[in-house]
Amino acid sequence: MSFLLEVIISLFLLLGALFALVGSLGLTRLQDFFMRLHGPTKATTLGVGGMIIGSIIYFSAGDNALSMHELLIALFLFITAPVSAHIVGKAALHRQIACEERTRNIPWQQNGDD
Amino acid sequence: MTSFARKKVFPHKLLSLFMLGVWLVMSNSLGFGQWLLGGFLAWAIPFFTQSFWPQSMVMNKPWLAIRFLLLVLWDIVVANAQVAVLIMGPRQKLQPAFMRIPLELKQDFTITLLANTISLTPGTVSVDLQMNEGYLLVHGLHVTDVDATIAEIKSRYERPLKEIFECSNP
Repeated sequence: MSFLLEVIISLFLLLGALFALVGSLGLTRLQDFFMRLHGPTKATTLGVGGMIIGSIIYFSAGDNALSMHELLIALFLFITAPVSAHIVGKAALHRQIACEERTRNIPWQQNGDD
Repeated sequence: MTSFARKKVFPHKLLSLFMLGVWLVMSNSLGFGQWLLGGFLAWAIPFFTQSFWPQSMVMNKPWLAIRFLLLVLWDIVVANAQVAVLIMGPRQKLQPAFMRIPLELKQDFTITLLANTISLTPGTVSVDLQMNEGYLLVHGLHVTDVDATIAEIKSRYERPLKEIFECSNP
C-alpha cells in the first residue's frame, strides 16, 4: 500500500475520531437534557462516517476488490440513531425534564399539559 | 391500498429492489449465485409479509430522490462542522428553542423520513410527533430566528419529500 493512501486513510480515521470526541464533549459541556441530545447524533453521523470511509479505502486497496459492506453500518445507524433520539426526547418531554430558562417555546409552558 | 385479501406477486417493488441491493452489499460480491439468492429473498420476504405492509410506496421522481440524498449528505457534513464549533464555543451564547413544524405530508413513511432527516442533520432533533394536530416538535440547539428555520426545513426537506413520494396519491 502506498504511503499516500495510508495518509488519506489516516486522515479519514482522525476526522471520524475527532467528531466522535466533539460529540462526547458535547455531552458534558452542554447545559440541559435537550441540548445534550444533540451530542450523540453528531458522533453517529460524521464520526462513524469518517471511520467507515477509511475502512472502505483500506480494505478496497488491500484486497484489490471493492469492499462496500461497511456502508451497511452507516445505513443501519442512519435508520436507528434518529429513532432512539426521538424516543429519548419524547420520554423527556413527557417527564417535563428541566431545561435552560432561555429555551424558547417550551411546550409544557405554552398550553398546560402536552 | 384497499384490497388486502388479494395477493400480488410483487407487492413492494421498491422494497424488493432495496433488499436486493442490501443483500449484494452485505455479501460483498456480485456473483451469479448472490444475485439468484438475493433476488429470491427480495421477492419472497415482501410476498409472504405483505399483509403487514398495507401502504405501498411509489417513488415518482427517482432523480429527485438521488438529488435529495446528496443534498442531505452534504448538509450533514456542513452542519456537523457548524455544531462542532457551537459545542466548543462559548456555551452561554447558545439559543436553544423548540419549534413546531406544521406537516403537509400525509403518509407514515414520508413523515418518518422527514423526522429522520431532521434528526440526522445536526443542530435539530425531532422529539415529538402530534399526528392529530399535524405538527412535528423539533428541538434546535442554536436557533436565532425560529420562523426562518421552520421555513427553511419546510422548503429544503419537506417539499422534495412530498414531490418524490406523495404527489400522485393525494
